Amino acid sequence: MCGIAGIIHRGATGNIGGEMSSMLQSLRHRGPDSTGFAIYGVPTSGEMIMRFKVAEQEEARHGFAIVDKLVARRAEVDKRIESMGGEIVKAEQVTDYALRYHIKFDGDLKRFADYIEDVEGAEILSIGDALELIKDLGDASRVVEQYGLSDFTGTHAIGHTRMATESDVDIRSAHPYWAYPFRDIAVVHNGQLTNYWKSRRALEHRGHRFVSNCDSELIAVYIADRQSRGQPLEEAMQDSITELDGVFTYLVATHDSLGMAKDVMAAKPMVLYESDDFIALASEEVAIRSIFPEEIDTTDPYEGEVRVWHT
Amino acid sequence: MAHLDDKPQDDKSHEMGMHTEQLAGRTQQVFFSPTEEDNFLYAGAFEVDFNKRAEIDAKEMTASEINLKIRELMADGHGTIVIKNPLAKHSLGVGILNRLQLYFEGSLGYFGIGLIDGPNVRVKGRVGWSFAENMMAGTVIVEKNAGSCFGAAIRGGDLVCRGDVGARTGIDQKGGTIIVGGRTGAFSGFMMQRGRMVVLGNAGKNLGDSMYDGTIYVGGEIADLGVDAVPGEMTELDVKWLTEKLALYELKAPKGVEKMQKIVSGKMLWNYDNLEPTEKKMVL
Repeated sequence: MCGIAGIIHRGATGNIGGEMSSMLQSLRHRGPDSTGFAIYGVPTSGEMIMRFKVAEQEEARHGFAIVDKLVARRAEVDKRIESMGGEIVKAEQVTDYALRYHIKFDGDLKRFADYIEDVEGAEILSIGDALELIKDLGDASRVVEQYGLSDFTGTHAIGHTRMATESDVDIRSAHPYWAYPFRDIAVVHNGQLTNYWKSRRALEHRGHRFVSNCDSELIAVYIADRQSRGQPLEEAMQDSITELDGVFTYLVATHDSLGMAKDVMAAKPMVLYESDDFIALASEEVAIRSIFPEEIDTTDPYEGEVRVWHT
Repeated sequence: MAHLDDKPQDDKSHEMGMHTEQLAGRTQQVFFSPTEEDNFLYAGAFEVDFNKRAEIDAKEMTASEINLKIRELMADGHGTIVIKNPLAKHSLGVGILNRLQLYFEGSLGYFGIGLIDGPNVRVKGRVGWSFAENMMAGTVIVEKNAGSCFGAAIRGGDLVCRGDVGARTGIDQKGGTIIVGGRTGAFSGFMMQRGRMVVLGNAGKNLGDSMYDGTIYVGGEIADLGVDAVPGEMTELDVKWLTEKLALYELKAPKGVEKMQKIVSGKMLWNYDNLEPTEKKMVL
């Protein structure tokens, strides 16, 4: 089933960590397997933030040797960042397997990401000036506590609660997905894509990489592909409505915008609250009510509808 | 202007777009008879007094707790119940099988007031997907917007949303009347089998797709018609019925009811000929 949510403060910042936490916890019944956040903080000039992991949660639980392995993998990642001309400004070990780095790098981001992900167990969750992508197993309250997100200040965010269907319960199959290798673009999705393999093969032939077998990742890669060809976000999302087959509602976030697209059957839910200074979207209104207990006007976006809002 | 009361039921339903062919073969349908009292007795239906009023603050309550509280109050004879702070919770007010004045002072989530037979419900906010699913009788008014599958499979009563509704409104509708004050989404009236749907705004694509019977009236633009849905001819009876029905809810067609488009099924299905008693009560 899965639940998705998105918020955007227009012209301001807010406690997006706390807000998304409340919204996603309200959607827990739609999928308790994993929870993920793509949150957009206030950028630090000249620096990017890289969120990555060096093992799956399951792998990190087993064997005495794993601790040494994780240390070795992190050291190898550090070495490769420096060998690519990057600089690690600040490094945080968030969990045994998840890390958050402030880095300086102005080279080819695709080569950079590919080289780091060549390290055994390494997967880059996100790279961006503002984007930080956090995802792990369990419900929102667990992930928020584990990663210390309850007071995260920023402009906008998207999130996801996952009920695993066509792929495993692991971090790599959890949402959101970073639109590798484009900084600051992330996607969450509720639904099923029925032309997944056909579309995936076409995108792989164009040089894109997939880290999972989850159909939602395809949307991120699809958007990345369109961005690489210079297509504006809203136009790419419009095209996705006809080119992606199936039933879906998805949200895309970039460094300064939040987009929503709904399939032509309108088969997957989405509720929208829109005001001059704040936008909230969620699979169920109960999530919006978790941050707006007072009466507000909400609507359902229609079939084939694409909307994009800016900060 | 035609006089509605002067015509036999078969003529009225035929002229308004419904088929009246008599069954010649087998049917699995069993119709209620209004003269058989036992058909209208439900376990869990209560005698209530509309003058006996109660309020529930649902803010800290679960859906189950709220529904149980409503049941307790009805069992105690309360005929008017006000739910404060429903906060878009799911499945509230379901399975009410007796007359009741039920007010929600806020929005509801999914599956609100499903499987009801008789209550008058007013929702001050918005309602989520599958609102009033399988409604049998009563009057339901939503003051704001509604999600998809609004009035799915209803069999009777009047279901009104003053705002916009999502996709698949009245999917599998088997009777009753659905009125939408604004626009409706794609596949509205999908597999409609009986009853009437009135949309004062625009209708999304595939309107009335695979409908067997029933009538859809649209006051705005129709994106396109689905398979088997065809334009019908507006009659004086249609105009009269629409005028009277909309007046009940203080609604008006933007261009006047005479300008509304009428959509009916283009095919004949022989098992859908007679109106059910619950629908007969509500027609005209």
